[in-house]
Amino acid sequence: MKCPIAFLLLLAAILAVMPPNSAAATALSRSLETIRAVGPEGKGNAAASEAWKKISNENGKALVPILKSMNGANDLALNWLRAAVDTIAAQELKSGKSLPVPALEAFLKDTQNNPQARRLAYEWIARANPAAAERLIAGMTDDPGRELRRDAVQRKMDEAMSAHKAGRSNDAAMRFQSILPAARDVDQVETIARQLKQLGQPVELARVFGWVSEWKVIGPFDSPKGAGFDKVYPPEQGIDLNAEYDGKNGKVRWQEVQARGDRGLVDLNKPCGALKEVAGYAYAEFNAETARAVELRLGCKNAWKVWLNGKFLFGRDEYHRGMEIDQYRMAGALKSGQNTILVKICQNEQVEDWTKEWEFQLRITDSLGSPIASAKK
Amino acid sequence: MKTTLAQFALFVSVSFAAGDWPQFRGPSGNGVVNDPALPTTLEAQNIQWAIDLPGRGLSSPIIIGDRVFVTCSSGPKQDRLHVICFNAKDGTKRWERQFAATGRTMSHDKTAVAAPTPASDGERVFAIFSSNDLVCLDLEGNLIWLRGLTLDYPNASNSLGMSSSLAVTDGVLITMVENDSESFTAGLDVKTGVNRWKLDRPKMANWTSPVLLQSPGQPTLAILQSGKGISAVEPKTGRTLWQYTNGASTIPSSTVSDGVLFVPSHGTTALEPLRDGQPPKQLWRSAQLKPGTASAVVLNRRVFTLNEAGVLTAGDAADGTRLWQLRLKGPFSATPVATGSHLYCVNEKGLLQVVDTESSQGNVVSELDLKQTILSTPSISRGAVYVRSDGKLWKLGKS
Repeated sequence: MKCPIAFLLLLAAILAVMPPNSAAATALSRSLETIRAVGPEGKGNAAASEAWKKISNENGKALVPILKSMNGANDLALNWLRAAVDTIAAQELKSGKSLPVPALEAFLKDTQNNPQARRLAYEWIARANPAAAERLIAGMTDDPGRELRRDAVQRKMDEAMSAHKAGRSNDAAMRFQSILPAARDVDQVETIARQLKQLGQPVELARVFGWVSEWKVIGPFDSPKGAGFDKVYPPEQGIDLNAEYDGKNGKVRWQEVQARGDRGLVDLNKPCGALKEVAGYAYAEFNAETARAVELRLGCKNAWKVWLNGKFLFGRDEYHRGMEIDQYRMAGALKSGQNTILVKICQNEQVEDWTKEWEFQLRITDSLGSPIASAKK
Repeated sequence: MKTTLAQFALFVSVSFAAGDWPQFRGPSGNGVVNDPALPTTLEAQNIQWAIDLPGRGLSSPIIIGDRVFVTCSSGPKQDRLHVICFNAKDGTKRWERQFAATGRTMSHDKTAVAAPTPASDGERVFAIFSSNDLVCLDLEGNLIWLRGLTLDYPNASNSLGMSSSLAVTDGVLITMVENDSESFTAGLDVKTGVNRWKLDRPKMANWTSPVLLQSPGQPTLAILQSGKGISAVEPKTGRTLWQYTNGASTIPSSTVSDGVLFVPSHGTTALEPLRDGQPPKQLWRSAQLKPGTASAVVLNRRVFTLNEAGVLTAGDAADGTRLWQLRLKGPFSATPVATGSHLYCVNEKGLLQVVDTESSQGNVVSELDLKQTILSTPSISRGAVYVRSDGKLWKLGKS
């Protein structure tokens, strides 16, 4: 047992619903801990498989302990545990037993629990007691779990849509306006904005999405046959906004560029020339009131790399396979005060019409997708 | 149609039974089976059952015994992954398992996260998704292992979507995760999911699937196709035995029939593997046998290719000579499947056309409009064709 504290916490959760002297409770907690130990490249799979068989033979009393064991579990373990919950719950219902809905409801209501686990609890409540699920979801428009929140927001959107269809334009607009701040999923935000535009209340979508909009851009640097993706050009060695460097077609300097449109696109074609086999950089400063964990969310169809405060976060050398909002999510840590963001963006040799774009979009959010704006200096 | 040597070899290397359809394009990976009970015309009265599916998918159903396995994805980001087992008899659900995608789920609208077809060795079902989540379940739905290949290899993805199906042989599950960036193919232990080998592959998008090549007196080879050509590897070790480097398609896959490999390369190129890992002998090449999205089918010593527009071309498998062409109602993404002398071709609009290939210029003998977009290759098992769309799964058999 590598982590006795985790084991003891699990055991305590299990003992809350199982007989305190139960060897079964100890066995269950050990099995759960075995599953939570799965790791990369199949690590722990064989042991987890044996543990999973034991867990999946438990009855409904084990559901909440298993859900609790999802707290702090890695993504792989979450899927192992999800499958166990589904197996037990389906078997209980199939054999005519009832699920422990009050306990599942209590678990769901505790927003400190893992969002996936809470959603799973909700889905089984919905199967066992649809009325209870309807009651619960209605108040979840501000839920920290994306899926629960989405469903709650959707219900409000449906109500607004009904008002719109019934010709109650003011009522519809008011409903859409009130639900917009709660929406996090891009498709819901765009649907609400579309409806509000029809109702004469256009929304400034770029502000809703919260794009990082003020950038300084430099390029083009020569990148023959994609070699620039790995090549270290001067901006990667240190930012000097007054510097001048040798570019592909002469000297290059930093230029100010504003993200454009609802989708916050930072276009390098304009400042750097619509060229092929080139690399460029975009630099932004972001002020945070306090240090905090964030996500940098990038959309880009060119090859790219991102650094936050000089620390490399991720890069990807794929070209022109598509772009969407929040295509890539990178965990980062903002420090209090000024932070720096550097994006490297490369253009390849393709010449088809659909390969002209040399652009990206970036925003900073929490893990739910709530945009975080730069604080005033 | 006689059971070929290749089919026999596959029957003994894994434990699925005659009548099973355990992987993409069936037991031999070429879309052809011997199933005399399958009707040679399919019309509305042949729909034995149709059931709703909980999510999208282009993967084919696979059938083991009386169980039909289907994968789907659902949710606004298509990040809820489903593996479902139905009873073949009546379409009732035996079990369903759901997983959360741990890799990227972005894909082109025309494809889906559940694009790759699962595979089975008769004891286990292996399902992979475009997010590179790979799960192994037993036939009762018990979870044996799972992998998140994008967690392991973070740049292994394709923003248009991944679609390579799985192949299993000799206790090894072969998964092609080939793309513009972190491109590889791996052989995983079927019991634990741990890598037995991992092979760096060309950095280029690739939607083809591995096929298993069995030649007389030779061990089974895994055929990996890419834009560069073909690599033949030992399934147990990942060791490359030979390569064909004259390029190949990245969408339709190669087809094996009677130990000959029909590669979508410069039209179709027929390769005959030689002994002891020597590079294969090129038997013929025909630019007139050029497949579109659908892979070629080799039936009764004839090669059939289908282009996107719906032109079915028949060629002589011995020398590549074009024999005839028949315009079907297209467009097509799904690969035809076949038994006896009939091809079962479903177009993107859901029109299932059965073609009698023995008539002199080919002949469409029946049409069945399933009225939904279908991009998935059908499956055949025990007198029935199984077809799925984004929303439905049908069983078509004797009325």
